[in-house]
Amino acid sequence: MSYVIQGETGDWEVVIGLEVHAQVISNAKLFSGAATAFGAEANTQVSFIDAGFPGMLPVINAMAVEQAVRTGLGLKARINKRSVFARKNYFYADLPQGYQISQYELPIVGLGTLILDMPDGSTREVGIERLHLEQDAGKSMHDQHPSKTFVDLNRSGVALMEIVSKPDMRTPEEAGAYLRKLRAILRYLGTCDGNMEEGSMRCDVNVSVRRPGEGFRTRCEIKNVNSVRFVMQAIEYEAKRHVEVYENGGKIEQETRLFDPGKGETRSLRNKENAHDYRYFPDPDLLPLEFDDAFVEKIRASLPELPDEKKQRFIADYGLSPYDATVLVFEKESADYFEKVAKGRDGKTAANWVTTNLFGALNKLGKGVTESPVSAEQLGALIDLINDGTLSGRLAKDVFEIMIETGDDPAKIVEERGMKQVTDTGAIEKAIDEVMAANMDKVEDIRAGKDKLLGWFTGQVMKATQGKANPQAVNDLLKKKILG
Amino acid sequence: MTMTRLTDLTIAAARDGLKKGEFSARELTQAHIDAMAKHRDLNAYITETPDLALTQADAADAALKAGDAGAMAGIPIGMKDLFCTEGVLTTAASHILDGFKPQYESTVSANLKKAGAVTLGKTNLDEFAMGSSNETSYYGPVKNPWKRTGDTTDLVPGGSSGGSAAAVSGRLAMAATGTDTGGSIRQPAAFTGIVGLKPTYGRCSRWGVVAFASSLDQAGPMTRTVRDAAIMLGAMAGFDPKDSTSANIPVPDFEAALSGDVRGLKVGIPAEYRPEGLNAEIDAVWQKGIQMLKDAGATPVDISLPHTKYALPTYYIVAPAECSSNLARYDGVRFGLRVTEGVRSLDDMYMKTRGEGFGKEVRRRILIGTYALSAGYYDAYYLKAQKVRALIAQDFRKAFEVCDVILTPTAPSAAFELGAEIDDPITMYLNDVFTVPTSLAGLPGLSLPVDLSAEGLPLGLQLIGRPFDEETVLRVGDVMEKAAGFTAKPAIVEA
Repeated sequence: MSYVIQGETGDWEVVIGLEVHAQVISNAKLFSGAATAFGAEANTQVSFIDAGFPGMLPVINAMAVEQAVRTGLGLKARINKRSVFARKNYFYADLPQGYQISQYELPIVGLGTLILDMPDGSTREVGIERLHLEQDAGKSMHDQHPSKTFVDLNRSGVALMEIVSKPDMRTPEEAGAYLRKLRAILRYLGTCDGNMEEGSMRCDVNVSVRRPGEGFRTRCEIKNVNSVRFVMQAIEYEAKRHVEVYENGGKIEQETRLFDPGKGETRSLRNKENAHDYRYFPDPDLLPLEFDDAFVEKIRASLPELPDEKKQRFIADYGLSPYDATVLVFEKESADYFEKVAKGRDGKTAANWVTTNLFGALNKLGKGVTESPVSAEQLGALIDLINDGTLSGRLAKDVFEIMIETGDDPAKIVEERGMKQVTDTGAIEKAIDEVMAANMDKVEDIRAGKDKLLGWFTGQVMKATQGKANPQAVNDLLKKKILG
Repeated sequence: MTMTRLTDLTIAAARDGLKKGEFSARELTQAHIDAMAKHRDLNAYITETPDLALTQADAADAALKAGDAGAMAGIPIGMKDLFCTEGVLTTAASHILDGFKPQYESTVSANLKKAGAVTLGKTNLDEFAMGSSNETSYYGPVKNPWKRTGDTTDLVPGGSSGGSAAAVSGRLAMAATGTDTGGSIRQPAAFTGIVGLKPTYGRCSRWGVVAFASSLDQAGPMTRTVRDAAIMLGAMAGFDPKDSTSANIPVPDFEAALSGDVRGLKVGIPAEYRPEGLNAEIDAVWQKGIQMLKDAGATPVDISLPHTKYALPTYYIVAPAECSSNLARYDGVRFGLRVTEGVRSLDDMYMKTRGEGFGKEVRRRILIGTYALSAGYYDAYYLKAQKVRALIAQDFRKAFEVCDVILTPTAPSAAFELGAEIDDPITMYLNDVFTVPTSLAGLPGLSLPVDLSAEGLPLGLQLIGRPFDEETVLRVGDVMEKAAGFTAKPAIVEA
């Protein structure tokens, strides 16, 4: 897939790298025992450590370390058995210690890869530069008082994984696919809920442009973009801005920018001269973080099957198309649902029902697969009713709609509403005879060679039987009766 | 024989007296409260807590009666005002912590409480423990209880644990806690004629101690005898899961290590601690110490610690770098001082609060540290200092292959006059020239008084041990203490 900005002086290629801050799923904060639940009343989940009180010391949360290693393994990345926490120093009212404990030179996870599944079914590899653990800051609230800023420290000290990609993406779509795939992997792993609205996954976007084939040019960092759509919009806007600046003979300065979703544009936040000097140095309150192979292997052994492997298996075992497989594995719950439906049944049929009918219906309802009114068992039973001839495909669709509305078992619906397919030839013959008697002219036309009218007869018979007649049986009998 | 005044007792003697019921913890405590009131001009305490002390004393008396008294039951001590104490003003001798009453108790002070110690109050110190004369305190300088013979000039008690040193020396506390980052326990101990022990880094928890330089800070006892230091360290030390740098090793019975036998022990005498121009009196007391150990059956061994001369500059990169970051939390946002007058922005508030809240020396060190960590300077300063620090530690490791303990002077001079060095930071920093290498290497160091100078001021020697070998340091110190027979007291105590 190529994405080229056609400028007045020629074509420009976009270079994109993403830094994702993913909140670690853990009961306690990175260095304190305080709770981490979202939406708690302001300043109720704060220990003296999180509030930066005198004499307070950080102690690493083993669960957070495990989650970072788990994520590293999920990204097929190098796990560093020795890493170092460093202090990133800057002043802000919601940063109680006056520094953020992060990792700088020696992160817990090194090089890895992420495979993008593009909408056309193709795939692309994006390099992961590193993953490191760090503390979140608190939240400044400027809208609570006319002249004061309020600070909520609930988030202060919460464990984040900063996952940095290589500048390997070339289109806004790839950036979107990267975020969606990363989110899927994090959710499969259970290391981050990936909820961008609640801020448990946040994204900084690095954008630059260049002439095809040349080296990297100066990049700008767009901070804290909080949805996939906005990330794509921000990239588009920012790349165009760079092209305009270059084509007007200007220079792009390395700077930090903000994306305004309302206006759909980015604006400067800090230029290079005002950039912070973070004065990173190893945190003397913490020893280097060290663990052994056994620790890593224990986590590796507990890894779930991840989207890429699942997708390959779905293609191989169920004969699915790469596209269907991609759609199904996107969320683990969907994949599980599908596998329950497909068990002992035709995989492609199951995939069709799940991706087309079920997802379509759920989309309309605005529900996820876990909230589906139709269980996998019920959908499987519906397919069974088609397979044993009880339902025609058309009837099955009607039954499915009723299932979505009522949540009832398909057998019950068929029984109660008499929606069983009619295969009793006597009943069908009776209906055919009636239709033929009322339309003798058309019968003659067919006999005279107008074969196409047979379809019209099928429709009339189906209508007369309220769609319950087996269409194949209707067709066969019609041919026999009209054409002999 | 006259009865020893209660305030003159050692911890060991008081412990026996209490057990035998010769006096109560309340009487012992009251005697100290009276002494504190009498010598308030020393300015040894920032906050006195007599009511709290008497309540604790009563509890100790009850425990003694019940027979379940801890190792420090009923012993009245001073608490350096760098330890956070629940509900009691904690200042770090800084304006910026105005009104700060912690809702938590530091591990070390909690351990002492648990052992039954009675806390008389919070002792004065150099602001944020930065200083060697106790003159940088926002609450005013501490006076050394000692004066030169026939001279009324006020002298400094050393620092930063100057209040603790003055209190113990002046009999305003039977013992006190100190903290030592580059010599803050040992140098004031030497200046006031008492015993001060900086344990191995990691021996005592730093949790709840206001941080100066995290990789160096270590709490320790300040007492009048080596035995008392052993008793008190036992009550302070121990693994603390709340401090990631605390050592998960058992606390030995330090007092049991005082066997009185140092025969066959090899005592390292480092050539580099006799720089050109070393004060002749200091050299003489050092030679005296070597002779004492020889007489006791130990063997002096000449050793070399080649990187010693880099220790002070290294320290003055590492400690300020860490302090510049550690002190960032004093920002006027959540506790302590906040200056709001004429403030128009958050940055304004930071600048005014920190400008007014920190004293000159603290500001100086924050600036040095900020500079040393800045982009473009980090490698040349901080990183280089870390490398030199490793070499200094290596010097000691090699030395301990040929000796069991190292004997050096504690400080390059006796106590000096108030105001003599305060405007000359470099001279002031040189006070720690013999103590800083030990801190950088994280080793235990003990200072004990050995003799008086010609002017009648105490002079101390330092014993340095292997990591977590406080036992040998204490054992040798105990033998030297007996040999030295240092019984002199400040004149105010005799009066």
